[in-house]
Amino acid sequence: MLKEGQIRIPAGCAISGIMNRKGEVFSGRDIIKSIALMHERSNGLGGGFAAYGIYPEFKKYYAFHIFFENKLAKQETEFLLKKYFQIDYDEAIPTRKVSSIKKSPIIWRYFAKPKVNRLIAHEASEAEYVVEFVMKVNSEIEGAFIFSSGKNMGVFKGVGYPEEIGDFFKIDEYKGYLWTAHGRFPTNTPGWWGGAHPFTLLNWSVVHNGEISSYDANRRYLEMYGYKCTLMTDTEAITYIFDLLLRKFGLPLESAVNIVAAPFWSNIERMEPERKKLMKSLRAVFGSLLINGPFSIILGGENGFVALNDRLKLRSLVAAEKGDIIYVASEESAIREVCPNPHRVWAPQGGEPVIGLLEGKEGIFDVEDDGLAEEEILQQSIAL
Amino acid sequence: MSLDFATPMFLIERNKERCFNCQICIRQCANEAHKWDSKKGQVYSIDANCVNCHRCVLMCPTRALSVKKFPWEFRYNANWTPEAIRQVYLQAESGGVLLTGMGNDRPYPVYWDHMLLNASQVTNPSIDPLREPMELKTYLGRKPDVLKIKKGKILEEMPPQLELDVPIMFAAMSFGAISLNAHKSLAAAAKKMGTYWNTGEGGLHADLVEYGSNTIVQVASGRFGVNREYLNVGAAIEIKIGQGAKPGIGGHLPGEKVGEEISKTRMIPQGTDALSPAPHHDIYSIEDLRQLIFSLKEATEYTKPVFVKIAAVHNVAAIASGIVRAGADAVVIDGFRGGTGAAPLRTRDSVGIPIEFALAAVDTRLREEGIRNKASIVIGGTIRNSADVVKAIALGADAVYIGTAALLALGCHICQKCYTGKCNWGIATQNPQLTKRLNPEIGQERLTNLLKAWAHEIEELMGGMGINALESLRGNRLMLRGIGLNDRELNILGIKAAGE
Repeated sequence: MLKEGQIRIPAGCAISGIMNRKGEVFSGRDIIKSIALMHERSNGLGGGFAAYGIYPEFKKYYAFHIFFENKLAKQETEFLLKKYFQIDYDEAIPTRKVSSIKKSPIIWRYFAKPKVNRLIAHEASEAEYVVEFVMKVNSEIEGAFIFSSGKNMGVFKGVGYPEEIGDFFKIDEYKGYLWTAHGRFPTNTPGWWGGAHPFTLLNWSVVHNGEISSYDANRRYLEMYGYKCTLMTDTEAITYIFDLLLRKFGLPLESAVNIVAAPFWSNIERMEPERKKLMKSLRAVFGSLLINGPFSIILGGENGFVALNDRLKLRSLVAAEKGDIIYVASEESAIREVCPNPHRVWAPQGGEPVIGLLEGKEGIFDVEDDGLAEEEILQQSIAL
Repeated sequence: MSLDFATPMFLIERNKERCFNCQICIRQCANEAHKWDSKKGQVYSIDANCVNCHRCVLMCPTRALSVKKFPWEFRYNANWTPEAIRQVYLQAESGGVLLTGMGNDRPYPVYWDHMLLNASQVTNPSIDPLREPMELKTYLGRKPDVLKIKKGKILEEMPPQLELDVPIMFAAMSFGAISLNAHKSLAAAAKKMGTYWNTGEGGLHADLVEYGSNTIVQVASGRFGVNREYLNVGAAIEIKIGQGAKPGIGGHLPGEKVGEEISKTRMIPQGTDALSPAPHHDIYSIEDLRQLIFSLKEATEYTKPVFVKIAAVHNVAAIASGIVRAGADAVVIDGFRGGTGAAPLRTRDSVGIPIEFALAAVDTRLREEGIRNKASIVIGGTIRNSADVVKAIALGADAVYIGTAALLALGCHICQKCYTGKCNWGIATQNPQLTKRLNPEIGQERLTNLLKAWAHEIEELMGGMGINALESLRGNRLMLRGIGLNDRELNILGIKAAGE
């Protein structure tokens, strides 16, 4: 049987997200409770979490979380990792024994910085350098899969119900300011850990419910810009779409939302001229990145998240607020489970984003710091 | 003079009980297949003149006529088919090149019919086009990689685009190859449906200037009718390098068709042959094409997209890539089944490749080179119905051209005799007695109906796939599965086999 990445597997799901807008960190207990309530929306074949703010002591390092199917894959990956990065700390990701979770791969994390001489020779941004490395490992080393590659954030995922995966990874022991979670209901899967969600790249994480009908149109467009859709999942494609639009193309978040969940032509016709021109141009130029078919997603980034529905709202998505905390989930009950009396609860319209940002931040990520500060490069190159 | 071996292709059967010798068939047939026998006082038929265009059959008030394949048969021979035999006789008689009209009629595989579409079940809902918006709008033209946007405003002008409400345009057919009434029908229908029609190489008749904003004006090797006003009146310009029905060769409008109107429109003297050379004599290589593209852009001050049309030939992907790099805003590919007013039979039937392969190869190649956004892909030759349109877009086309299907809507019966100038349906002729049979009002209505019907069907098919905007179908090859294709064919088409 072919595993994910060799074959496209549709899946239905549950998603949930919690964030503290002041940036105060809190334990992963709530997010487990919230996603666990939607047990029926998963089938035990995938669950996972993304957590932001969990590695304050390593916040300048890329935290690579990697699955290895065997020791050889680990050796090969480490050889490559050491070639391109300086690893300052690595360890097995701590886990707890959970009776229902069997056959877990080797799960390791590395805190690393790009090697400066390599980075300079590479002549691209640091982000690009890391992305290329991740793509290289995931597409070229058999049995190795980098499933998290951001800074001060990490993803924990695997085959099982999400609450079991949370227990397995000791999610309750981490503290973050933004958590997202995913419970998966794939229609057909051989149970591969890499295939679980969230899907990540750099600081992006995406949890997603739905099956997009535009997948191949999206994929083939992304591949023109160097992305390799190795997993053949919608979530992977969605992550790359946002990475391309926001990071590579530097488009405003609002425009990215208007591309993936584009307003209908009939609505565009009624807009005032300036806005109409913008929308027409966005649809004409980036039409291949329209995400069609049902979806609800939570896109996480270092400064916050965007939750979004397809423009017909073919998947459920509910949002709520209480004080500094903002919640989004597939079902209202999953919010009330951890916040019984929110100040406000609403169901966003199709294509209408729910944006949660840390106080004082304007975008979901800080505009590219192109890697190292100048003096840091200077220092390191002198050291070399 | 030797014996003429030519035998009739068709048999005209006249039901004597129904025929009352009204002679309508005589007046209707420009091929003179019906005659009046004044001695007997009755109508009779000359089978050998019949081209099976059905004009008399449909016009006969008592439905007394029918046309059949002539029952006279050669002895069966799988190698020497009746056509092969007849063609030898004909050439032995005339010493000439065999001419024909319309598209390749040989039994080559039609790959559209070897591709099946997807539909949503359970995991993903299908969308009902009667309840939900279904969007067929598309834009043709060069797209920038990125847009510069600040504070909700766009900071740069987009390159010129054509806006299509349906992804179907009317293919290039010149005034000369077809009648002015046919042009009027096409132009009016394009305007009504928010799409475009194409002048072909024959200029734009003064009466049609009002349709300029829905007109693609063609510039081909003969440069007929090309002037500054012509270029500027259209919405886009199409440089025609080649045509699917006759790749590698030019065109020839015989002098007898060049009457006053055509003479004015083409800017040539009345009665002279209009010869389009095989190549453009200022384009012997790709860098020359670039110069023509940019001279046309200069002439129109960069306000019109410039298309370049080529025939689907073996190396089409590399050629298309060169065309895009030369600055074309759209590449038009015409498949080997594409129609024509006149072509040498051997060229039509044995040169070029199927459009399905050409399209797949070009789309793949442009994506591999990262230049797919720089130009739109438009295909033609042959799109027969809305499912073909959907499959073409899923393979990677932005829009399609229809030629033969549009003529069928106007009454064409594909008798393949366009080159004789005796089209009884008033389409491929300049004879005023014949052209007046095509009422442009009715023609427009029939073409509009056709596009509306196809648009509805496209919406249904897209809705079934869970797609509500055309751009999500474009290049979405996962929506296709091959049936009865070998690995190599599947590979070229970039699709999986049914069941995979």
